[in-house]
Amino acid sequence: MPADVTPGTIPDPDRRRLLNWFLGTSFGALLASIVYPVARFLNPPEVETAATNEVDAGAANDPEFVAKGYKIVRFGSEPVIVVRVGETDFRAFSAVCTHLACIVEYLKANQIIHCNCHNAQFNLQGQVVGGPPPKPLPPFGVHVVAGAEGSARVIVSRS
Amino acid sequence: MLEFARHKTVPVHRYAAIYYFGGMTLFFFVVQVLTGILLMLYYRPTATEAFESVELIMTNVSFGWLIRSLHSWSANLMIFFAFLHLASVYFTKAYRPPRELTWVTGCVAFFLALGFGFSGYLLPWNELAFFATRVGTQIPSTIPVVGEWIMRFLRGGERVTTATVSRFYGWHVAILPALMVVVLGLHLLLVQLLGMSVPPPAADEARRRRPMPFFPHYALRDFLGWLVALGVLAALAALFPWELGEKADAFAPAPPDIRPEWYFMFMFETLKVMPGGSIGGLEYEAIPILGFGLAALLLLLVPFLDRGVVRRGRSPVFTAVGVVAVVYMVALTAWGYRSLAPVYAVLGAGILVWLFAWAIERHENGGGG
Ligand code: FES
Repeated sequence: MPADVTPGTIPDPDRRRLLNWFLGTSFGALLASIVYPVARFLNPPEVETAATNEVDAGAANDPEFVAKGYKIVRFGSEPVIVVRVGETDFRAFSAVCTHLACIVEYLKANQIIHCNCHNAQFNLQGQVVGGPPPKPLPPFGVHVVAGAEGSARVIVSRS
Repeated sequence: MLEFARHKTVPVHRYAAIYYFGGMTLFFFVVQVLTGILLMLYYRPTATEAFESVELIMTNVSFGWLIRSLHSWSANLMIFFAFLHLASVYFTKAYRPPRELTWVTGCVAFFLALGFGFSGYLLPWNELAFFATRVGTQIPSTIPVVGEWIMRFLRGGERVTTATVSRFYGWHVAILPALMVVVLGLHLLLVQLLGMSVPPPAADEARRRRPMPFFPHYALRDFLGWLVALGVLAALAALFPWELGEKADAFAPAPPDIRPEWYFMFMFETLKVMPGGSIGGLEYEAIPILGFGLAALLLLLVPFLDRGVVRRGRSPVFTAVGVVAVVYMVALTAWGYRSLAPVYAVLGAGILVWLFAWAIERHENGGGG
């Protein structure tokens, strides 16, 4: 380097690289500091749901049970289908179809739990007997207890 | 600008009718924007109020029923014409260089339109919409790795709830419109810059005949078409106000006539016939879903894949693939609406009568023309 040239007037390759690096990273950091919070904001927060362990599904001789043979009850935020097979024989499953999450119903005449969305059929054990679902319906515990005034009540619980 | 409009011309040939489809789509889009803004004044995007607010619009707000029905009908007609426009561009291979980007922006606009349809369907918060959205947003969850995240992102949580309505509303009235304006602006700009394509079989004819000045000749024809469209739209909205149905209930079984909008019907039916099970951790229903995703990507890339049309001016393979796709979609859609068989019968009979009349007239005119 000639003596009359002060450092800095001729681009010093190391300096240039350093400046570029600072420019590049600060731009990157700026971008990241915008994108990251926005991306996180778009991601919905987890909602705390109170743990439900037992739900009263109503009287065993509830007219709805007798007429349609089933009832859909709220188990926390989840729908649960309670099927009345016999006077004291009840079954309970998650009512969310394992295919694509429609809510199932019970066809009393055929004794089939049926999903209207894509024609899934489950038997009274919750097993798939037709249609597209990949998995059986998750079962729930169910038992009949004597309630007040001598009425039998159906209690659904996490099994 | 004026200078530009004065010099712009449109080619004239026997396929020229297809040039109207795009303008028609644009017309219905404008109707969507205008009626949509009006609906915003009364609509409330929460699970507890959405249904009631639409009910209010339909029953109490003066001409509310008309505005909402126009919005719904026009949405469907817009998709229909967007589809016709897309298909006609595809089959006349108007995506040939230098119009690749016009095609790409058009495709993106089409996907956005489907997004409008999907997000808008939920907003009245009725039973059909609720379950269609449940299924529709569950579908991505079958995609390995990122699926669950996409589902949560779409729903704004684990389930379809009030968070989902707010989210879909945000997409429907802010995010998608903003994207659409950019994409559509680009699309229209490219159409202006690159001009109209002439289908290869009509090239000679277009060369022989004098092109039509865009202004005022062609613009007036477009305008006339829009007037007719407006008439048809108003008649449909007035004679068949859009139904509202039952309010959604997250604790009731899916209704038996559950179905998505008609333009998603073929996908819905495909899911129905897919058996249960999985191979290598991939559930079967993920296969058609990945397939549709791949098809959409291929559609976007058509101008870059179809080299035959560049070299030889024709590409029978692409035409054949297109025909198969259209036949598949039409067949599955018709199957999905098989309960409408009587309507098909009437329509079919109508077409037959029309064909018959046309044949007789042709015969009487000495078979010319
Ligand atoms: S969601 Fe039940 S069969 Fe598809």
